[in-house]
Amino acid sequence: MSSPEQWTHPEPDAAPAATAAKPTAEQVIAGLRATDEGGADLVQLLTPEGERVTHPDFDIDITAEELRGLYRDMVLIRRVDREANALQRKGQLGIWVPLLGQEAAQIGAGRAMRQTDMAFPSYREHGIAWTRGINPTELLGIFRGTDQGTWDPVEKRFHPYTIVIGNQVLNAAGYAMGQKFDGKVGDDEGEATMCFFGDGATSQGDVHEGFVWAAVYDAPLVFFCQNNQWAISEPTERQSRLPLYQRARGYGFPGIRVDGNDVLATLAVTKWALDECRHGNGPILIEAFTYRMDAHTTSDDPTRYRLSDELEMWKLKDPIERVKVYLVRQQWADHEFFESVEADADKLGEELREFCTNMPDPPAERIFSNVYAEGSPVLDAQRDEFLDYVSGFAGGEH
Amino acid sequence: MPQYKQFPLPDTAEGLTEADILTWHVKPGDTVKVNQIIVEIETAKAAVELPCPWAGVVTELLAEPGQTVEVGVPIITIDTDPGGAAAPAPAPAPVAAEANGTSSGKIGEEMPGGRIATLVGYGPKSGTAKRRARKDSAPAAAPVAAPAAAPAAVVVAPPAPAPVAPVVVAAPVRAPGGYVPLAKPPVRKLAKDLGVDLHALAGSGPGGVITREDVESAVAAPVAAPAASSVDNGSRERRVPIKGVRKATAQAMVDSAFTAPHVTEFLTVDVTPMMELRARLKNAPEFRGVKLTPLAFCAKAIILAARRTPDVNATWDAAANEIVYKDYVHLGIAAATPRGLVVPKVRDADRMSLKELAVALDELATVAREGKTSPADMMNGTITITNVGVFGVDTGTPILNPGESAILALGAIRDMPWVVDGEIKIRKICQLALSFDHRVVDGQQGSQFLADVGALLAEPGIAMTY
Repeated sequence: MSSPEQWTHPEPDAAPAATAAKPTAEQVIAGLRATDEGGADLVQLLTPEGERVTHPDFDIDITAEELRGLYRDMVLIRRVDREANALQRKGQLGIWVPLLGQEAAQIGAGRAMRQTDMAFPSYREHGIAWTRGINPTELLGIFRGTDQGTWDPVEKRFHPYTIVIGNQVLNAAGYAMGQKFDGKVGDDEGEATMCFFGDGATSQGDVHEGFVWAAVYDAPLVFFCQNNQWAISEPTERQSRLPLYQRARGYGFPGIRVDGNDVLATLAVTKWALDECRHGNGPILIEAFTYRMDAHTTSDDPTRYRLSDELEMWKLKDPIERVKVYLVRQQWADHEFFESVEADADKLGEELREFCTNMPDPPAERIFSNVYAEGSPVLDAQRDEFLDYVSGFAGGEH
Repeated sequence: MPQYKQFPLPDTAEGLTEADILTWHVKPGDTVKVNQIIVEIETAKAAVELPCPWAGVVTELLAEPGQTVEVGVPIITIDTDPGGAAAPAPAPAPVAAEANGTSSGKIGEEMPGGRIATLVGYGPKSGTAKRRARKDSAPAAAPVAAPAAAPAAVVVAPPAPAPVAPVVVAAPVRAPGGYVPLAKPPVRKLAKDLGVDLHALAGSGPGGVITREDVESAVAAPVAAPAASSVDNGSRERRVPIKGVRKATAQAMVDSAFTAPHVTEFLTVDVTPMMELRARLKNAPEFRGVKLTPLAFCAKAIILAARRTPDVNATWDAAANEIVYKDYVHLGIAAATPRGLVVPKVRDADRMSLKELAVALDELATVAREGKTSPADMMNGTITITNVGVFGVDTGTPILNPGESAILALGAIRDMPWVVDGEIKIRKICQLALSFDHRVVDGQQGSQFLADVGALLAEPGIAMTY
């Protein structure tokens, strides 16, 4: 045990296969990307071809109405995403963070939550916001630079978007610890917390700390990692030497990989995980195996670092198409239903456009009024000088 | 009534100041829908498609493909109510930005639709700062208090939508609540402490910025003649952020040029026999459909010659204090793409036949041109060819790809007079230039290698002897 090779790739006796091996670059890619099926441990209930399959540990009873609801959620949030992306391209938003391809992961996870559960999002969680009853128009101000999100986090049980990568994991761990201290955990009426982050965030120190604290305090916290394969331009194999869900083992709590493009599997696994947490068996890590079909943000150009082959392959695993196929095959939805969803989507898109182009610009003095509860003579003088300066311009306040 | 709306070029990626128009997908007279893709643009960061903000009929395209347009400048006029009255009002004179970027900043201006057009344009300043129009029509006070003897100060005031013209201001006018003199915060503090009014000072720093010395001299001699600012060249220059491929190329070239001592040698070769062989092979059945270029022959010649002179295919490993000789050739091909220079590799080129090389080179070029060359494809080359001949250039002194010890420039093949058996004949002539790392390759090896490559191209039959 003296060669550097063994220091970096130790061979413990009873470790899982993925860590025991000394993987070649090709094996790492095969095991982590596993872009075909996500590996043997992937929980899936609806295949990309729209066929219902069973899993020994997870299943779900779903009515036609419920599944139509999930379908509608996904179509509408995709339209919100595309419309906002277009608004950015028209100069109406400073930036947009697309969720295209991750609709099932977000709608499945979001619909698994109860109203009493708390959620901590990163900045791509438009689908989760939707399931928390937040009007998508409320997301636009953040990306237009006119506000920081206007919903009430306490009322909606949805924390403001967190831009710093992985930072919300600490907030969530602390919140979940609080739920435990307040005695809100332990039976079926218990509360739980969901924390959302991406594969790139798993390399952040904050996420590690959050895992450690949640683990040792048995916090009722579901870590929901959407592994969309790319941390901007860094692929997963540059982030980890083993599948992300297996990291949970090192912290001492369960980790599960679910097909993040399968809304049923995501819903089933997340419901189970939240129930475990509310009964006091948290925390739990869920790795939703999915794919970011668009750019990291509107400022990014993914064609510079990934091959279009990969994108084409994931198109075949579209989260919405498989539900549509299943609904049709089961005769749970007819042509009229699909048309009405499309019409709703068109209407929603129009609302977003209207809302966005008519948003008032915030007054210049807000820079001062929203920082300190009470002003100070120096700040007041600065404010007056600044407002005087700004008032010298034509074209309204900016 | 026809209602005309103009779509200003948005900032698609946080702080860009301009973009190039690549392709229009619509033309005047076309009916467009909301969110229909109308144009493709290329910014410093990405090529992006822009959707149409309104439904209507395209009245006019205000920018040509290839044109560089400043953010905020209208690029298309759309009639959003084409069913209205017949007489189409002439579109407001558009300000098409020239490459030198003298368009007016339209940011914050009201569009015909009655709404502030875009949010954009808060990016890095390019050249002279552009300022929004002020409420009073008088241009902003000059940043320079110009006494009678001093040259006139110049300030850029954009009275949109006319093109920006330098406005000469003879005397300072203190606009109420308006112009703020340029000075860094510590200088402002100093001025405040010393009771100096910055409005009364002329900046001697770059771009008229008021310096510490200006403030101090104002205290020493309150009536000192301020320095005059010269005409700013900023409006006639174009500044493009150094990013992406450009940045990577620059870094690699600097690393290479200042690490490896380069030597370049030249050789002029009569490649007529090679061109004749190429013509014969192109008609051979097994080469049907294969794009057999002079580059493929050159690649083959390099691979063969490198066998005799393995030094050119070696690497100087300074960290290990070793020279690494390689029994394989990963042949780099410098390729010009729309995104800039990329150097994809033909892996294990030494194991390939001429036909396999030709096919591989063709594929490489296609992938590179489509911008699909992955970073992995560009790594770990052992020797490189740069085909400057495709640009009609005779030769050059190429810079080594970092980590490699030789690079060969293949010049244009031209009909030239050449002495054959004592007579002047018209032959196919080509120049070769070889740059090598003198730490690894001596003049003798370098010369032998270049002579071998030349001999193989001048007489492909020599390959029989290898």
